[in-house]
Amino acid sequence: MNKSAESIALNLIRRNFNIKNDDNKPLIALAGNPNTGKSTIFNGLTGLRQHTGNWPGKTVNRAEGYYRYKGREFLLIDLPGTYSLLANSTEELIARDFICFARPDITLVVADATNLERNLNLALQVLELSTNTVLVMNLMDEAERKGIKIDVKKLESCLQIPVIPAVARDGKGLEEIKKTCYRIIREGIKFKGIQMSYSREIEEKIAGLIPVLQRNLTFLEDKINWRWLALRLLEGDKTILYSISTYFPVYREAVNIIQKGDVQLDGVN
Amino acid sequence: MELIKGNLSGDGLNKDGLSPGNYLIIMENLKNFIPPEKQEEIRDQIVGDIFREAEKIARKSIISTGIENKLEKRIDDILTSRWLGFPIMLLLLGFIFWITIVGANVPSEMLATALFWLEEKISILFYRLGTPDWLHGILVHGIYRTMAWVISVMFPPMAIFFPLFTLLEDLGYLPRVAFNLDNLFKRAGTHGKQALTMSMGFGCNAAGVISARIIDSPREKLIAIITNNFVPCNGRFPLLIILASIFIKSSLSTTYNSLLAATVVVAFVLIGIIITLLVSWGLSRTILRGIPSTFTLELPPYRKPQIGRILVRSFLDRTLFVLGRAVMVAAPAGAVIWLLANTTINGSSLIQLVAAFLEPFARLIGLDGFILLAFILALPANEIVIPILLMGYLSSRIMMEPESLETLHNILINNGWTWLTAIATMLFSLLHFPCGTTLLTIRKETGSFKWAFFTFFLTTAIAVLVNLILVQFINFFIL
Repeated sequence: MNKSAESIALNLIRRNFNIKNDDNKPLIALAGNPNTGKSTIFNGLTGLRQHTGNWPGKTVNRAEGYYRYKGREFLLIDLPGTYSLLANSTEELIARDFICFARPDITLVVADATNLERNLNLALQVLELSTNTVLVMNLMDEAERKGIKIDVKKLESCLQIPVIPAVARDGKGLEEIKKTCYRIIREGIKFKGIQMSYSREIEEKIAGLIPVLQRNLTFLEDKINWRWLALRLLEGDKTILYSISTYFPVYREAVNIIQKGDVQLDGVN
Repeated sequence: MELIKGNLSGDGLNKDGLSPGNYLIIMENLKNFIPPEKQEEIRDQIVGDIFREAEKIARKSIISTGIENKLEKRIDDILTSRWLGFPIMLLLLGFIFWITIVGANVPSEMLATALFWLEEKISILFYRLGTPDWLHGILVHGIYRTMAWVISVMFPPMAIFFPLFTLLEDLGYLPRVAFNLDNLFKRAGTHGKQALTMSMGFGCNAAGVISARIIDSPREKLIAIITNNFVPCNGRFPLLIILASIFIKSSLSTTYNSLLAATVVVAFVLIGIIITLLVSWGLSRTILRGIPSTFTLELPPYRKPQIGRILVRSFLDRTLFVLGRAVMVAAPAGAVIWLLANTTINGSSLIQLVAAFLEPFARLIGLDGFILLAFILALPANEIVIPILLMGYLSSRIMMEPESLETLHNILINNGWTWLTAIATMLFSLLHFPCGTTLLTIRKETGSFKWAFFTFFLTTAIAVLVNLILVQFINFFIL
């Protein structure tokens, strides 16, 4: 596929997430744990240029907005706050599907500097899916007050992606975020991004499964991270194939055979 | 498979999207790599590996972990402790009500004086212009006077109560409240998160209903939505606070009185929570049966409240919002009341006829016809019950120039109120049908009018039942 056909195809998929982006603004997704100041960053970046609603077919709040930097417009999507991307809840499912299928040009993972470890959990999972990721270390002032010191340079070299310290409440770090995103888009920068490696047993299974997937899901070539997909299938994720059939549908009725694999809703009769 | 349209290759696979062919082949192959019963194990391994990696990176890049925040933890231990958690919560709420009760009196009086002075001037102006009597009546005695009541009676308590409540929110106290209540909700057979949606309801029931989205299970979400109305919202707090402060009196000092009034308001909040739990329990054992689901509740760190923002936000988002809504609903309601009061059939006004019609039933539950009528007319917004009630009393009997809470007290006493009427009115306000906005929100969130109607009837039935029992009990044994 040539470049413009590719972007048309991607725009079609993004429409499933209610994103109308015909002028091809760079798409930035905001991911992060709850209570990390993700929305503060979203508001700080977009100001009044935002509108809110629900995710298509879900009762989960969705916020979309845009900002302008050096004459260029950037489209920003605030994903639901989640602790992981394991599709345990509707929120996690939305965040995962968005990063996986809508393939944002940049994913900003907002982390709470006072609770680095738990927040890195999510960052590592996002990195497995996409390395076009930037980590924003928010609440740096609170960390400082608690006497927590973080070596940002060291963290960058560990994760192999940019890490931007921020105090979103005071607007600190927002300029740096805009500048970094601008450079990534303009110069087409790709990051290496640390990749998880698992036990030899799991790695062997991944290596074996990838060719099978590539052979049978040719339509996903260049559209999905095969290693990540293999991992999801190996761990028995019930939702991923259904999501694929949603975003790459063939014909409606036949899809019924594919297990819906709904998110487990505990306590429903 | 031959019938399948689309871009098929010879082996039944699709090149454009996921077809059953692709799906079945993948599922078949997957079994060779990993038997389904082993998948859980792999998942645990993967999650564990990511967890360890995160720990490793965190250890490498954190230079100092800081003094472990012992103070915060100690505060949390006290605020959420098994024995102290609840009393502290009630004390804090009581303290806020007390400040509101003590502080609202004087400005209320000043506002009333100013607004009714203005009414006089407007009347004079109208007469000079030669406006017909009926127009003057509707505009000044109907609309203007109701709005003056809304503003003078409701504005001061709101202007004090809302910033204080927002301060509690901003400090991060509400999640601790939810933490304290979580266990009770689980015992009632519902989701612990309902403690959070209930806390939201203290702000606004419509907002509380919307916040029930955080509950995934439809069954538990419905219970949270249906029972949200049992905690008093911002629109109903003023009624509770005002009635408590004018009817809960003793011969002791005024400080003692205000403390007592604050205690009564806290008691009503407590009754609301208890009814919420009881009804939730009942629903989860009858029409919405099921097991409660578990969840992890994270206590966010305490944050330094931003005083400036609190003042602005509570003023714009709450005080002005509630007041604006009240004024907007009160204006037409005032006109309706005036018309009802001034349209006569066989010598008695319509309002007296309607009130008289409602009277026998209202008496049973400790109210009178005018109070019940006020609740019905205030369906669009609970905020205007008291203003409508006053309009009802004043328009059908001798005109008075009400100037303060003291006069408010007199109006009510002159219309036969006792402390029992006050208690019954407060109780009815706490339990009766949700306001129009909340009902519409329920319809929107549940996708059907069915649950909105159900909530309407359930809450009203409970209100009538509780009032009936209380009033009959007190009449029988005490009075």
